Amino acid sequence: MDAKIGRLEQTARIIRARIIENSHRTQTPHLASCLSCVDILVAAYFEVLRIDPSKPTGKNRDRFILSKGHGAAALFQVLALRGYYPESMLDHYGEDGSVFAEHPPAPAYLPGIEAATGSLGHGFPLGLGMALAGRIQNQTYRVIALVSDGECNEGSTWEAAMLAAAQKTENLGVIVDFNKWQATGRSEEIMGPVSLAGKWRAFGWNTCEIDGHDMGELVRRLQQVPDGSGKPVAIVAHTVKGKGVSFMEDDNNWHYRIPSAEEVKAAKRELGVPA
Amino acid sequence: MRNAFADEITRLGASDPRVVLLSGDIGNKLFDKFKQQAQNRFYNCGVAEANMMSVAAGMALSGLRPVVYTITPFTTTRCFEQIRVDVCYHGAPVVIVGTGAGLSYAELGPTHHSLEDLALLRSLPGMTVFAPCDEVELRLGLRAALRQDHPVYMRIGKKGEPVIHDRQPDFQLGKAITIREGEHVCLISTGNMMPVVLDAGNILNKKGVSARVESFHTVKPLDTDRLKEVFGRYPLVAVVEEHGRLGGLGGTIAEWLASQDGLSGRMLSFGTDDIFMHEVGSQEYARRKFGLTAENIAEKVSARLERVSAA
Repeated sequence: MDAKIGRLEQTARIIRARIIENSHRTQTPHLASCLSCVDILVAAYFEVLRIDPSKPTGKNRDRFILSKGHGAAALFQVLALRGYYPESMLDHYGEDGSVFAEHPPAPAYLPGIEAATGSLGHGFPLGLGMALAGRIQNQTYRVIALVSDGECNEGSTWEAAMLAAAQKTENLGVIVDFNKWQATGRSEEIMGPVSLAGKWRAFGWNTCEIDGHDMGELVRRLQQVPDGSGKPVAIVAHTVKGKGVSFMEDDNNWHYRIPSAEEVKAAKRELGVPA
Repeated sequence: MRNAFADEITRLGASDPRVVLLSGDIGNKLFDKFKQQAQNRFYNCGVAEANMMSVAAGMALSGLRPVVYTITPFTTTRCFEQIRVDVCYHGAPVVIVGTGAGLSYAELGPTHHSLEDLALLRSLPGMTVFAPCDEVELRLGLRAALRQDHPVYMRIGKKGEPVIHDRQPDFQLGKAITIREGEHVCLISTGNMMPVVLDAGNILNKKGVSARVESFHTVKPLDTDRLKEVFGRYPLVAVVEEHGRLGGLGGTIAEWLASQDGLSGRMLSFGTDDIFMHEVGSQEYARRKFGLTAENIAEKVSARLERVSAA
């Protein structure tokens, strides 16, 4: 197990380096939001999800939805490394005519994408529909939606949370990338200091709080969807925006800032990824 | 129309296990039969329409044929972005049903009027916009909608509307139906205005003006073949809808007409004014207020026809 976790952590470092390089090369933002959810994506795609990249629309595949669509640059790197499409496709990121926008396209346009997100509060409710559809059709697949703490401002997030609990949608898990920042300020200053985990619990979800950068804990918790409680599962993952690079960590300027060539080099040195 | 919808969706749900019905805490008892026959395919999604629309899209992307039902503003304007992104951008075959077309719920106030839905929904790529004139078109349209691989919006009335078609017409989404032939003028109607339009035709006939009547049950895609034919043949075409004059059927026909070479057709557009109607009143009162009566339509058509013919 330790060796496996070590490999996942190494994969996460490589993905982080690629995201930072890509941000510099293509001059695209949302770097810090991507870095905060890399470990979650790696745990899901490289260990937990029952998926086959050669059959991206397989009927009983697990569905992972990046509801925080502004983390697309991270998802694109993960899907390429996982084998959904050649990594060379990413050379065209952001170019005219490319499918790699700053948010995921509709599933028809890129293998591995389950939902076009970017407008917050959409992906998780879509995932609830997919989870209910699985139950109606006697399928055993699970649906995991990754939401941001800023996204928990959206009313539709809580509409979905209520219906999922009422319907005992146990094949559905939500993982909150709780990095304590939203685009322009501290999450608790903007929409109040009430416990996020407490909210999910109050809405009827089986809720736990974990270190969102502890790969072993991420794998263990994500594997417990469904967890046998008859309730949907909420994992509030405490994360650090800009995680992995000392000069980006918990500095919200990196929501929109683009790294210079020197900063890319320094970041890769810290990550232990060759230049 | 409401009861015909409930009856038809119950039949379709019995024969097609992909059909799922989602309701926004409305239709008490209306769907009891559907629930009895397919309890695991009926979802009361509560008073949470944005989520309901996304859930329907997620179901449609997973092989089901969800039908979303609530009062028109709540299944259109309330959750417009969910329709735009989750349904239309994903090309999810969701059937969206809005009950209480136009001024059907006039007495409930502007929150419950639906006078912008045709304009909004037809602006979305991939969306079919359907407004049946009676329960015969409703049943045929619902069956056709569930055979489509893309989203369909259906705008239906309330209950007790008269039946227009005395037998099954040839039906296809996107193809208008000729209700009555006529020589001098063409009246085009969509949705629940048809009884008024037929009465207007009767009044015109008595004045010696023979009026053809067309049911444009589909606002999008627009039946441009039929439009070419009627604008080529008649000196005046009148379009009637229980919807704002901005952007509805009249709007879409005017857009189309402006780009046509060789058609010198004149049109008249009947619909509601660019205001919120705050006074309480019945549907008939509200229609009178906006000139959506047989008498007014006949009078305006006949006066315009005289001017057009004199020119």
